[in-house]
Amino acid sequence: MPARTSWIPYALIAPSVVFLGALFLVPLVQTVWLSFSAGEGLSLDNYQRMAGDLNFSLAVKNTFLLTLVVVPLQVVLALGMATMVTKLDKGRDLVLWVLTIPLGISDLAAGLAWLALLQNTGYLNSALYALGVIQGPVGWLSQETPVALFFAIVLAELWRATAIVLVILIAGLQLIPKEFAEAAEIFGAKPWTRFTRITLPLLKPSLQSALILRTVLAFEVFAVVYALGGRNFPVLAGEAYVWQNDNQNYGVAAAYAVLIMAISLAATAVYLRVLRTRPEQLS
Amino acid sequence: MADIVIDRVVKEFGSFRALQEVSLTVNDGEFVALLGPSGCGKTTLLRIIAGLETQTAGRVVIGGQDVSNLAPRKRGLAMVFQNYAVFPHMTVFENVAFGLRMQKASQAEVKRKVERAAALLHIESYLDRYPAKLSGGQRQRVAVARALAVEPAVLLMDEPLSNLDALLRLEMRTELKAVLREAGTTTIYVTHDQTEAMGLADRIAVMYGGKIDQIGAPLEIYATPATRFVGGFIGSPPMNFIKVQCSQGQARIGDAALPCPSTGKDLELGLRGEDAALSANGSGIPFDVRVVEPMGSHLLLTGAIDGQPARIVAPPTAKVSAGERVGLTVDPARVTWIDSTTGRALARV
Ligand SMILES: Nc1ncnc2c1ncn2[C@@H]1O[C@H](COP(=O)(O)OP(=O)(O)O)[C@@H](O)[C@H]1O
Ligand SMILES: [Mg+2]
Repeated sequence: MPARTSWIPYALIAPSVVFLGALFLVPLVQTVWLSFSAGEGLSLDNYQRMAGDLNFSLAVKNTFLLTLVVVPLQVVLALGMATMVTKLDKGRDLVLWVLTIPLGISDLAAGLAWLALLQNTGYLNSALYALGVIQGPVGWLSQETPVALFFAIVLAELWRATAIVLVILIAGLQLIPKEFAEAAEIFGAKPWTRFTRITLPLLKPSLQSALILRTVLAFEVFAVVYALGGRNFPVLAGEAYVWQNDNQNYGVAAAYAVLIMAISLAATAVYLRVLRTRPEQLS
Repeated sequence: MADIVIDRVVKEFGSFRALQEVSLTVNDGEFVALLGPSGCGKTTLLRIIAGLETQTAGRVVIGGQDVSNLAPRKRGLAMVFQNYAVFPHMTVFENVAFGLRMQKASQAEVKRKVERAAALLHIESYLDRYPAKLSGGQRQRVAVARALAVEPAVLLMDEPLSNLDALLRLEMRTELKAVLREAGTTTIYVTHDQTEAMGLADRIAVMYGGKIDQIGAPLEIYATPATRFVGGFIGSPPMNFIKVQCSQGQARIGDAALPCPSTGKDLELGLRGEDAALSANGSGIPFDVRVVEPMGSHLLLTGAIDGQPARIVAPPTAKVSAGERVGLTVDPARVTWIDSTTGRALARV
């Protein structure tokens, strides 16, 4: 029997392997190849061109800044929301459903929605004007207001992508038997202590998944930024887009793509290491 | 003083009534066992005392203070959970130390008390291991050690020894009883194992269907069950119940007669298997033996009295064989009379 069945698992995963190979691995190799080829033979020309570009260091800085601000905020917000949602007895599904609506909206649509709110003639200015706070249209998203633009992007990203963290954390919280927190409470742990000493450590595997997913996506941030600020707030994925479409330079665009991938892989490796759960500590 | 007063506590889950007006007083330093079949509400009652569940009605008073609306951590008690709830991300040492750490005990005190509790439960050798590497019985002992380490005034235990093998269970039982007695800990001990309850408890509260059927000392409950359920639940083999007619204060079974309370109601004779003796000449209550099981210390006879199933305990050397009809003599003072309709015991005659 074993001899006869041993090929079955491979046969069953073969379609997915072929699929992944065709649609993921091949383009990946092509992109890497493209990024190292300029003119004839292998070279680092594309990378030099990328690094020498006026917007490059700004894009790196902005992308990291955005990630470092947005991801921790999202985790904290999602933790708070998840804790509250799991405490609900009635209407939990409804609340969860409402909270996850942004997940169903494409990031470009989300960016445009926030643009409608925040642009010069947007709803925010109309409301502020009606309240007499401002005298005329105020620009929040221009090059002259980089801080406001940054916060607008942070806000839109929080609104758009916190729900995915929330969903992962709620799933994780539901896996933790309630007796652990109850035992801690019996033995004198106050709510905050229970959260830090019991819930958070037991939630580590879910936190790890959520952080990896959100961080990787944050490094790829593009559509929301593009909708709100255009190139007023350069980010890595945006630069790749500009080099690809406006400058028609596929090599430099590929170099950006490879850079984003390298950063994502590095971040993932850090999370896997720092937030690892030793097998003997699994419940 | 840490006495516990449970005053007419009711618990409803939706439309289901898990506890119906349960009242129970546990004196300071007393060991009370909550005994009953699975699903009768033992865990629910314990969780209400701990404050992990809110009662629908009624009060819980500990040490003279009404704790009905107090958070669990303010009730000054420790608890052993039915499913252990040993923290998987902490070593056994940190698990046992948890309560002491919450009390901000000094490092030396933590070490001393953890080691003492660990020695008591025989878990010293795996203090630096993680619970995932332990068996169910070992985890259960960690949970008990965690509760004992804080030297609580009130200790609630939910089937704390259920996962130990028989020998270790017997040993732990004895040690637990000695330690808790010495410390003067007021203890409520939930179990569905009647021998555990009999062996450990000062008093037993027998629960059935969300009610306490009877509270009393082990021997009292054994000898004078208040309901048919208690008689049938306590003792091995369980009490026999034989439907009889009682007229003019006499119940006739075969050629034997027993004095009975004439109330005009349908009666059942509650008879413990070991309270019947084989008569020398076959006179007395006729018992048709169907199966003879030699148990070593005694013979277990299964058969019928007056066509109704019964189990009788006979001396190991008795000469009885299957298919035989023997006579039983019964001390009228040791039988229980049950009202067939209510299932409650009647006053003795
Ligand atoms: N949270 C709950 N929701 C609904 N029913 C419950 C809940 N907890 C316990 N019950 C019910 O209450 C009854 C008593 O349960 P429990 O106290 O756990 O019994 P025991 O510990 O004696 O086995 C059972 O019928 C159980 O199904
Ligand atoms: Mg139970």
